[in-house]
Amino acid sequence: MERQSVSGMQLELKGITKRFGSLVANDGISLSVTPGQVHALLGENGAGKTTLMNVLYGLLQPDEGEIHIDGKAASFHSPKDAIGAGIGMVHQHFMLVPPFTVAENVTLGIEQVRPGGLLDAGRTRREVRELSHRYGMDVDPDAIVEDLPVGIQQRVEIVKALVRNASVLVLDEPTAVLTPGETQELFRIIRQLRDSGTSIIFISHKLKEVQEIADTITVLRRGKVVGERKPPATEADLAALMVGRDVQLRVTKAPATPGDVVLSVDSLVVPAAVSSVHGTPATASTQAPVNGLSFDVRAGEILGIAGVQGNGQTELCEALMGLLPVASGSVRLNGKDLTQATPRARLDAGIAYVPEDRREDGLVGSFSVAENLVLNSYDRKPFARGITLSLPTIAANAMARIKEFDVRTESPAAPAGSLSGGNQQKVILARELGEGTKLLIASQPTRGLDVGSIEFVHKRIVEQRDQGVAVLIVSSELDEIYALADRIAVIYEGEITGFRPPGVDAAELGRLMAGGTDLPNTPLPEDAP
Amino acid sequence: MTTTASPRLPDLLPGDGSAGALGGARRFAMPATFLVFGLVDILLGARSHGSAILSFTPQFAKVTIPNLTIPAAGTCYLSGALTLLLAVAALVPAVAPRAVPSLGNRAWRRVAIGVVLFLFVIALLAWSDVSQSSGGSEAIPINIVNLLSGSLNQSIPIMLGAITGVICSRSGVINIAIEGQLLLGAFCAAIATSATGSLWIGLVCGALAGSLVGSLLAVFAIAYIVDQVVLGVVLNGLILGLTGYLYNSILVPYGDTLNSPATFNLWKIPGLGDIPILGPVFFDSTVFLYITYIVLAFVSFALFRTRWGLRTRAIGEHPVAADTVGIRVLALRYRNVILAGLIAGIGGAYFTIGSVGSFGINMSSGEGYIALAAMIFGRYTPWGAVLAALLFGFTTQLQSILSSINVPIQSNLLLLTPYVVTIIVVAGLVGKVRGPKAEGVPYVKA
Repeated sequence: MERQSVSGMQLELKGITKRFGSLVANDGISLSVTPGQVHALLGENGAGKTTLMNVLYGLLQPDEGEIHIDGKAASFHSPKDAIGAGIGMVHQHFMLVPPFTVAENVTLGIEQVRPGGLLDAGRTRREVRELSHRYGMDVDPDAIVEDLPVGIQQRVEIVKALVRNASVLVLDEPTAVLTPGETQELFRIIRQLRDSGTSIIFISHKLKEVQEIADTITVLRRGKVVGERKPPATEADLAALMVGRDVQLRVTKAPATPGDVVLSVDSLVVPAAVSSVHGTPATASTQAPVNGLSFDVRAGEILGIAGVQGNGQTELCEALMGLLPVASGSVRLNGKDLTQATPRARLDAGIAYVPEDRREDGLVGSFSVAENLVLNSYDRKPFARGITLSLPTIAANAMARIKEFDVRTESPAAPAGSLSGGNQQKVILARELGEGTKLLIASQPTRGLDVGSIEFVHKRIVEQRDQGVAVLIVSSELDEIYALADRIAVIYEGEITGFRPPGVDAAELGRLMAGGTDLPNTPLPEDAP
Repeated sequence: MTTTASPRLPDLLPGDGSAGALGGARRFAMPATFLVFGLVDILLGARSHGSAILSFTPQFAKVTIPNLTIPAAGTCYLSGALTLLLAVAALVPAVAPRAVPSLGNRAWRRVAIGVVLFLFVIALLAWSDVSQSSGGSEAIPINIVNLLSGSLNQSIPIMLGAITGVICSRSGVINIAIEGQLLLGAFCAAIATSATGSLWIGLVCGALAGSLVGSLLAVFAIAYIVDQVVLGVVLNGLILGLTGYLYNSILVPYGDTLNSPATFNLWKIPGLGDIPILGPVFFDSTVFLYITYIVLAFVSFALFRTRWGLRTRAIGEHPVAADTVGIRVLALRYRNVILAGLIAGIGGAYFTIGSVGSFGINMSSGEGYIALAAMIFGRYTPWGAVLAALLFGFTTQLQSILSSINVPIQSNLLLLTPYVVTIIVVAGLVGKVRGPKAEGVPYVKA
């Protein structure tokens, strides 16, 4: 199990075809990975990236085509074969046993044992420490995996592959779950691995990241290779290849024409929650996650709240929706006090909510798309008649909404959980953006979406603004803030460190995001454009 | 190197609710339960007069230990006072969670629970001993050694059944069929011993019978993906019917040759068996109790210290992850469920060739389900499951001793004791138990 210095491996995929019924997920894909390179696979959701990697990892058998290692054909019938051949994989959903320690997870399947099957825990621990130290990964072998942040869990996956002597490491959408800071850490580790001779296959749909990290970029669309580029390639070029048409990376929008104040938040304090799920009060921080926030949102403008994840954004949105109790301060909508109102009353008052975690909070995954489209209105006309649901109306509504929002689903009866991320978000938008919306709260509206879907979601949000809806966007992606916001507020440790116009430069926002205070002569929020 | 905090609050918290102070109304569960126990202790004291006698000498013992005479009322009051003190102590972290460090919280909870239960039992014994002798006559001694060794032996099938359950659950297969394994084990052990005259062959046949039920469970649950709860209940019904039918059609007419097995003799372990009090309780029993010790030690060690244990726990928590590192999930599940059946089968054999000496219809009488409960509130660990099984065995034994000395309580009410105690302990004191993630979830390859 001692890791030898990596000898470069020339990996070639030749004409891989994989069909699922009538669907061709991979259509004659050929790919050549040079040793010591970061090879990016770029493509929209559903382009066949993950299928191709599952073929490579022995989880799926190709219908046609061959895998060649150092010029020799290899066939993988199970992950065990692939691991044996030197291929490691970090899945999008981690393959870690949550209650196990890091060392137990790393050693699982290749356990170091003394006679009688006794685990040699000490040796595994040393190996994890040694590898973690060599690549600057800072992983504690005795930590319990479920207590670790996702960024560290991902490193455990990488260590797991390295211990198995992987010379090709596949990372499937590795940044989807990471904060920007964690992403930079990951890139540092990737570069270090590459420099020591490991090949990296980096799967992503994020243009920026691919540009930053890749040595070669292969673009997939609908199961086929549509192009190969070396950075620097222009983002527009890559996006067009990926989507198959020209994509607007930034929506064009007219200047805002703000009207009256719609949402008014005054000195809002949300105390540290006692989580009902775990029954344990937060002992780590006694500080309130939202600590005296004040801001207004006017009709017909988009206020973007920028900030590094975990600075109270989640709690702010949940408090605005009545999902978390408020300690002090007030929330008013068109002058009406909603501070203690139930979530239902807030929806009735005209608030639309696109939650941060769309799988957990936005949809009921096992319900059909049609049912999800009426989650907020199933109990009133025209969807309900007395105590019964009017199923024909619900079905008709589903057909209309699916068409209007271009939701790609086999049928309105398909479970919402089976849809891709972009289409799930479209379902949520289709439900939330109805008549009578006065305020739209959207938290991380495009997280994990591909460029085509991002364009769609942004367009819809701007459309709402133009119709006079007040919009509050919470995002940790600066690109998104710049693309949408008419006014930017920066949140840091539950407080707003400053309001800025949309033209402000990123360095200034970065300063505020790190807790820098407002300069004394900055204009008051109400005076900002 | 710094790592940015993970975005969601729950991710930052420990996954196990009992690690720190409890939230919500559950915080008051422990002080409230203690309060009730304390008040009951004092109530018992108010109704006790005279002295209770506790005896520690087993029958036919060479060395006698003097009896312990205690004032009944005083003992009850003292127990009550100590319990109330603990209730107050338990109230402090509930009211002011930050006043006490959460470290050691869990250990203190366990010790406190143990002490309160112990005090309650002492008070109950003192009261019951004096209450049976109305008037001035001296109380009959209650034999503590008999009480304890009775509980221990009584619990053997439950302990072994619960260990079987732990192995199955940890492998991701929920085993409701423990009851059936016990019953078929009892049946086959009785027949095999009667027919061959060898107790050891009977023991082996009992074990194999448990394993046979395990194989059925494995095949239907793993290969045919039948719902495991339904399957377990159906298997139990099947075995109850089958053994009942065979009992009437074979064992009754040929009872002399097929249903009159010998039983294992007591075997006192040399040396250890001579220790006062402990010896007669723990080291003077049939081979079944010693097998239980060995199985307990072996399984709890293997589950947490060996390759087999690591893999078993992995396939019960996250079978996909185990599969991607080359562990053969289905094969290991088959093996574990079938082998674990041997243990429950031995537990079943205890009924016929360890204690009673003949098979009777439904003689496991629901103890397999009790084993299941013991497994869960023993938190899916072998030791926890065994301790939980012992608690049940003890209350059962206590109930039978109390009813035999004519305590002035309705006998039907007394029969409820083991279940009431189980409910109180589970609901009030053990708290939320998190089972293996993939328990009961069939693994189907994509």
